[in-house]
This record gives sequence, structure tokens and C-alpha cells, in this order.
Amino acid sequence: MADEILVLVDHTGGQLAPATAELLRVAAGLGTPAAVFLAAGTPPPVEALAALGARRVYAADAPAFAEYLVVPQVAALHSLVQRKQPAAVLVPAYPTGREIAGRLAVRLDSALVTDAVAVERATDGGLVTSQTAFAGSYQLRGRTARGTPVIAVAPHPVVDAPSPPAAGEPVPVEPIELPTEALATAARIVERIEPERSGRPDLQTASAVVTGGRGLGDGERFGLVAELADALGAAVGASRAAVDAGWCDRSLQVGQTGKTVSPQLYLALGISGAIQHRAGMQSSRTIVAINKDPEAPIFSIADLGVVGDLFAIVPELISRIRSAA
Amino acid sequence: MRVLVFVKHVPDASGERGFTPAGTVDRTLPCRLSELDEHAVEQALRLIEQAGTGEVTIATMGPPAAAETLRKALAMGGHAAVHVCDDRLAGTDALGTSLVLAEVARRVGFDLIVCGMASTDAGMSVVPAMLAERLGVPQLSFAAEVTVDLAGQRVRIRREDGRDTVIAEAGLPAVVSVTDQIGEARYPSFKGIMAARKLPLQTWDLAELGIPVDAVGMVHAAAVVESATPEPPRQPGRVVVDDGTAAATIAEFLRERRLLPSSGRN
Repeated sequence: MADEILVLVDHTGGQLAPATAELLRVAAGLGTPAAVFLAAGTPPPVEALAALGARRVYAADAPAFAEYLVVPQVAALHSLVQRKQPAAVLVPAYPTGREIAGRLAVRLDSALVTDAVAVERATDGGLVTSQTAFAGSYQLRGRTARGTPVIAVAPHPVVDAPSPPAAGEPVPVEPIELPTEALATAARIVERIEPERSGRPDLQTASAVVTGGRGLGDGERFGLVAELADALGAAVGASRAAVDAGWCDRSLQVGQTGKTVSPQLYLALGISGAIQHRAGMQSSRTIVAINKDPEAPIFSIADLGVVGDLFAIVPELISRIRSAA
Repeated sequence: MRVLVFVKHVPDASGERGFTPAGTVDRTLPCRLSELDEHAVEQALRLIEQAGTGEVTIATMGPPAAAETLRKALAMGGHAAVHVCDDRLAGTDALGTSLVLAEVARRVGFDLIVCGMASTDAGMSVVPAMLAERLGVPQLSFAAEVTVDLAGQRVRIRREDGRDTVIAEAGLPAVVSVTDQIGEARYPSFKGIMAARKLPLQTWDLAELGIPVDAVGMVHAAAVVESATPEPPRQPGRVVVDDGTAAATIAEFLRERRLLPSSGRN
């Protein structure tokens, strides 16, 4: 169906990630949203997908999705695109999503765009995409020129349209035919290492992020970052200095060689704001920084900067936030 | 073991970066070996050191100045280099880049291809996957740790993609991409820099690779950047010196902007 926009559903064991709702909204602005649900041993949450605007659900259930990396999902999407000839395929721009998008674009010899923050339909049937570049310092507008565009959509995309109305009638569910191919079983997952569950939101998709840097002084006092984050319902992040000092896990690093985040609120504690750090956070909506050095570069991009002793300020801030909640 | 490392000559992220009127990254500004690719070179060197045998070939696609990036990677310890350089490659998208790099890989030959997890300019993180797709070999990306079992012809990684951590493995030949977690990249030694000058650096154009001109470049790009507009620099806001009321000031600021958890922030 040429008007159909396929959305690869982002989920963990059937629990929908925020990206699913975001991508379905983007899809609704482009055509008829259709959810593609790939899982190992989980039935598609059809009603939840319909409530988010999906007009059709394509589903496949196979152990391969949990046992092998990336390619089984590519094979499923490829088979579906060949059969349905959609207008575009949207995938969430997390690492696996990017890889799925890249491989699918090769198979389809089609346009590939990553980190799109907005997608519109062009008059010629292609898509017009917006992206940011160089850590948010440039705004790019592009167009897709060939094939079935494959777009990896950034977290929190800009969507003008209101949330699509939920489907009035039952949403049809169609199984996806899974082709067999040798490459799909070439990269095998031999072990899954369960992360320590912090119970906090994911750093890259959280609406608020609290990060700590060198100014925390030591690993024990770094705990203050988590305390403030918990009071705000925020994710915890860190500067490279804090990671290198071993105060927290490397997966929490924000910056050029770590993660790029653009939450509604970014609250930096004891971070000077070196260019490499700013590269990972300067597109945040609101930035608040506390640092004892009035010359810290972070103040040049902060909406509110406080020159002061974070150990005096943060505990009081936590109790004020708690009492406001 | 033949290890092939693909690197990129990118604008230095700590300096000025911009775009040409045609919407491509301006590579006339100071450029360098991408920091994330230094880790790929490092990983490749460690693998042959551990194996006690093997050669590391460094390859790139880029303008003439990209030869400096190859020399740097050779100075770190690489054995040979290939530079794909052709004016008609300007504006090539990821599809075209993966097409060219795949052809280089076929010609050079490899047991393992090592890439960085992303370039520091376009930052798409897609080329290793696209390369594996074109070569029809397994792909293990976002590796924080790589081990090769030469006798068994297998490669195993710890994949840390920021969401999941898994141990994954595949047979050789394969493509891996590594994160900065594999460890610090070595600095070129003086001896290494001197030796690198004498190492073979081949330059290939499209004709030598047998790639038709109309398969690459901006003309054939499937995704085109039509405009690149600098964002107005972020305006500094209010900076206050704590006089004992800073916590109240911040709390009030968050409340005004509806950023407190109770105010429906989403």
C-alpha cells in the first residue's frame, strides 16, 4: 500500500518504549501508520498500538529475534517492504535501529537518513527531513531521492500534528513471512548480561538528566547526582572526567565520545563544560549548571548558572523539590 | 591474520566545523583522524600483537589531505594503507561510501574489518553494518571488547550499545566496530612516525576500483542535504553567585518552566 508508513516497534518483551508512540505520530503525518512488531515469544500488543494510532499491525514471532543480532529484523522488514511497497520505513535511532536501517537501505538501494528530528512528505512523493549536525550547531534540511526511504528517527522528534486518533474499529493483524537466509544466523548472541536495574529512566530518552563531573570530588560524593536525579525523576549522566575517575559506569558518559542527549532539562553539577562535553548536551531545551568556577564554559550555554558550592546547594534543592512534589 | 581498518578524516571537533554551499561537510577546515577511529586502529594492532602474527591495513575514502590521517594510523603501527581519492566522490552518501569501501575490502582481502563506532562528523553509525551487508559477512558492532580465536576462526565481542550488553560471536571473516571502551589509543612514537613515511600508501581512484562514476557522488546520492543553516549560538542565560538563596532560585526557576516532576514535564 503506497500510502502506508511502516514503523518498527521499539519494545522490550512487549512493553512499548516511548519511541513507538513518537514514531507512530511521525508516521501519521506522512501516511497511514502501520506497526511492525518483531518479537521472540511475545504476542503483539495490538490494542496499545492501535491506541497510539497504528491502523494495521504486522507481526512476526521467532526465536531468531532474540538469538541473533540485527539481520533477522532486517530480513523481516525487507520481506514486508517487498510485499507491501510502503511509502517509507521509520525505525527508532538507537544503535540496533541504525544498523537495521543501514542494512535495509542497502537491500532496497534506498535513501537512508539517521537522527531525523522531523519528517514531511515532499510533493514528488519523497520525504523532506530535518536533522541537526555538529552537536546541534547546524540545522540540516534534506530530501530523499530514491527508493523506499528508511528513516532512523531521533528521540523526541518534532511533530506538528496532534496525536492520531485511536482506530475506531479493530486493527487488522497480519503475519510477516520470514525468509530463511544464512546471514541472519551469522552473528549469534551467546549471552545476555543483565544490567543493574537502577530504576531510573534511560539516559538518552529521559526528559530530564542530572550529570556530575570533576567537581563532585570523589566517588562517594558522586552519589549526590543520583539523589538529585531521583528527586527529579531524571536519568543520571556524567562527564568524561567523572567516568575516567571511576565514579560511575562508562555507559553514563555524556559527550562526544559518550552519549548525546537532548532532554527538556539538563542539570550539570560540577561540570566545567569542555567542548567535548557540550557536544553531547548543548541541544538540551533548558540547561542549569552549578559550578564553583565563575569562568566555567558551561555558564556560556546555561539558561541558569549558579556559581557556588554544590554540596551546600544541592541537598537544599533536593528537599525543596521533594516538598514541591 | 589480515586486519583491515577503515578510518575517516574528519573536521577536528574542537575547532570550527561547517558545511559547503553544496551541503557537504567542509573539509578545508582543520581535519584529523577521527578520535573514534583511533580506537579501531588500536584494537586492530592489539589483535595482531596478541596473535603474534598478521598485518594491519588502514584504508580511507577522502580528499587528498586524508593521506595525513593514513600516515598517522601507520605511525601508530599499521603496515600498509589505501587511500581512495577521486573528486567525483564528493557528496557521496552512506550507500555510496559502503559500496566503495566494500570494493576496497574485496581487493585488499581481510579476515577481520575493524571500524570505529561512528564518525565524529556525520555520526550515523551505519557504515559498518552496510559494509557487512554488501560483503555478505557477519557483523558485530559496538564492541567494548574483542577477542579472536584464530584456530577456530571465530571472533567474539562484548557489545555495549548503551541499551543492552551482550556477548556475541561469529565466524571469520567478519566486520566489527569498536567503542571507545576498548581502551586508550596509543600515541605514535617518534620511531613509528619515521617508519610510517616509508610504508606503502596506495592511492586508488574510481577507475582503479572499477566503480562506475554514476554509482557514487552527489548525483547518485539517495539522500541529499539541501540546506545547512547554523543555529544561532545558544544565548547565555542568567548567572548568579550563590548568596545562600541559590537552591531556592533554582527550585523557583524549575517551577516557572514547569520542569518539576509534579508539573507534567514530558
